[in-house]
Amino acid sequence: MSDFTTPLMSWLIMAIVGGGIVWLVILLISSSKVKLKPGEEAQVTGHVWDENLEELNTPLPRWWLIMFYVTIVYGIGYLILYPGFGSYKGMLGWTEIGQYEAEMKYADENYAPLFDKYSKQDLAVLAKDENAMKSGQRMFLSYCAVCHGSDARGAKGFPNLRDDDWLWGGEGAQIKTSILNGRTGVMPAWGQAVGADGVDNLTHYVMSLSGRKADEAKVAAGAAIFPTMCAVCHGADAKGNPAMGAPNLTDPIWLYGSTEATIKDTIRDGRNGQMPAHADFLGEAKSHVLAAYILSLSEDK
Amino acid sequence: MDNTYNDRVIRQFAIMTVIWGIVGMLVGVLIASQLAWPALNFDTAWLSFGRLRPLHTNAVVFAFGGSALFATSYYIVQRTCHTELFAPKLASFTFWGWQLIIVAAAITLPLGMTSSKEYAELEWPIDIAITIVWVAYAVVFFGTIVKRKVKHIYVANWFLGAFILTIAMLHIVNNMEVPIFGSNILKSYSAYAGVQDAMIQWWYGHNAVGFFLTAGFLGMMYYFLPKQAGRPVYSYRLSVVHFWALAFTYIWAGPHHLHYTALPDWTQSLGMVFSLILLAPSWGGMINGIMTLSGAWEKLRTDPILKFLVVSVSFYGMSTFEGPMMAIKTVNALSHYTDWTVGHVHSGALGWVAFISIGSMYYLIPRLFNKESMYSLKLVNLHFWIATIGVVLYITAMWISGIMQGLMWRAVNADDGTLTYSFVESVQAMHPFYATRAFGGLLFLTGMFIMLYNVYKTVAGSEPKAVAIPAPAH
Repeated sequence: MSDFTTPLMSWLIMAIVGGGIVWLVILLISSSKVKLKPGEEAQVTGHVWDENLEELNTPLPRWWLIMFYVTIVYGIGYLILYPGFGSYKGMLGWTEIGQYEAEMKYADENYAPLFDKYSKQDLAVLAKDENAMKSGQRMFLSYCAVCHGSDARGAKGFPNLRDDDWLWGGEGAQIKTSILNGRTGVMPAWGQAVGADGVDNLTHYVMSLSGRKADEAKVAAGAAIFPTMCAVCHGADAKGNPAMGAPNLTDPIWLYGSTEATIKDTIRDGRNGQMPAHADFLGEAKSHVLAAYILSLSEDK
Repeated sequence: MDNTYNDRVIRQFAIMTVIWGIVGMLVGVLIASQLAWPALNFDTAWLSFGRLRPLHTNAVVFAFGGSALFATSYYIVQRTCHTELFAPKLASFTFWGWQLIIVAAAITLPLGMTSSKEYAELEWPIDIAITIVWVAYAVVFFGTIVKRKVKHIYVANWFLGAFILTIAMLHIVNNMEVPIFGSNILKSYSAYAGVQDAMIQWWYGHNAVGFFLTAGFLGMMYYFLPKQAGRPVYSYRLSVVHFWALAFTYIWAGPHHLHYTALPDWTQSLGMVFSLILLAPSWGGMINGIMTLSGAWEKLRTDPILKFLVVSVSFYGMSTFEGPMMAIKTVNALSHYTDWTVGHVHSGALGWVAFISIGSMYYLIPRLFNKESMYSLKLVNLHFWIATIGVVLYITAMWISGIMQGLMWRAVNADDGTLTYSFVESVQAMHPFYATRAFGGLLFLTGMFIMLYNVYKTVAGSEPKAVAIPAPAH
């Protein structure tokens, strides 16, 4: 689409730009006619302000004038070669999007063969390839470390990728799917449905699942609610369900924190975990290498 | 009593220049330290970088720089028109109005109230107040020009006039905004959308530099430098040419802030071309400043006030060379979004704007308070050296850090095309330079405290006297 809604706009810009440059040149020519003869000194203009403020009428310095003309000539040359003079496209045919596409094409031509080669390899094999893993690490640091940390050990709300506990499954193919399509882990808010007491009871029951100390009466009350409310996702045995990203509640690993208050928050208000999709951004081949890299992290234990 | 100058409002603005300078630079040192040591935001929302950074820029540009411009323009326009201020009550209104606006900014910005436009963050009620005060300022200034007793208008007044008119236009156009009626009346959104909004913003932003921080302070330079040097201005002819060329060319330079964005290619090119052409008009001012000293060079050795004025013009020349270079697309591709920009801005803001303001205040304050000279010229000299070392440390730290950032961000492995460095590695690499920058800023702030002491000792117990207006020479 043209940047100009009407040709008049383009003509207006040409007139102002062209007229402005011509006017600058006229200003310079008309102001540089006076020159000092050798040995002649510049004189004051004759105006005096505030008792002693005066002005000499020194001619424009020659080197300064030349510099001025050089920048004008450069500017005109640039506007002949590049877009800028209204809707005139410039002799070089340069566009910003064209430069971007050229750089992307260069990258595709030079780097795609390597990644294509990697993408044909089995993830477990690729995870042992030193060079591929160096590429994987650099990509991880650029694209993943912001959330998962430079050491991949995660943070509150962002899973640790080095342990053997997986929300959505730790098989190579599952990891790759997480990277390509992203994941949305939703824990619904139960505060309204079960009430404050219900939240309290469930919290103690959940704490008891991983063998922690909890109030026995509350544990019993929580155990009564769990099968109807929670087991659909977390399973009757509370060991989670990787198909829905439902965490295992019987281990000591906690995505959002393990204190009683935090567990209460989680049950009462719910949680929303977002792993963004990278298929459009990184593509299949790079995601493949990244999946192998993440596999290699959990395998070095 | 219509044969004496109206200096009261100038005294008020001059003192506030020093006060706001300290406040603005103190906030600057704090946020510079936060970048090096993030814990210094003390986990407090209104002490956080995002809220204090606009407070810093507004305080140094509009409170410190603005007060300096009000003070010096009221002084210059009276002296060079050989007449007292037009509408003195209105002039007094500009003082109290401007101070009120600054206080409003100092309250609302830390509270997180912002229209989010850089250097125009203040919300719409304050924008309206600025417009009213600014119109009053224009009435006083141009009213005084109209009743002048000399035929020719002195060059400093051209620049000050261009500054006042252009800032009025820029401020009003860029701050066209729509308040949210009903729910949050103090919050507004820009009247422009998308890339047009960005273009209007940088048309404003760069000309706030061009007309507020350049034209206004060139007006200052054209009065105080020849006065302090006791020499005529180097070239009247040069001042005519560079004034008109500067006024025409600056207004085009904004798009260089939006290279390689959604801004159309043709607009980016024009921004770059006119930024380059701007080099000579800018240097016209530098030449006129420095060459005014010819025949009086030896005064530089002994006169610390002249040192401030001359070094400021040198920094002006340096940053107006750097600016056009950074506007070239290929250079900009490296420098954009890095600390290099921050260094460039501060070589202008500290080296040029603050130095010329400080020098002018050292000239002005003894005269305004009926004293022979400042309390201590030795302290002026000390201030000069501490400030100079501070600026140099600041700028070199940001040059190194900025260029390093730019190079680290674009470094790509030749074999697989992945980025060589992650973002956090570039942040880590910047740390020593952030510490150096904070130290440089601290030195500059220390200089301002020395100035405050010196000004206090000069002003305390003084009895300002009305100054009689001399008859014009012609």
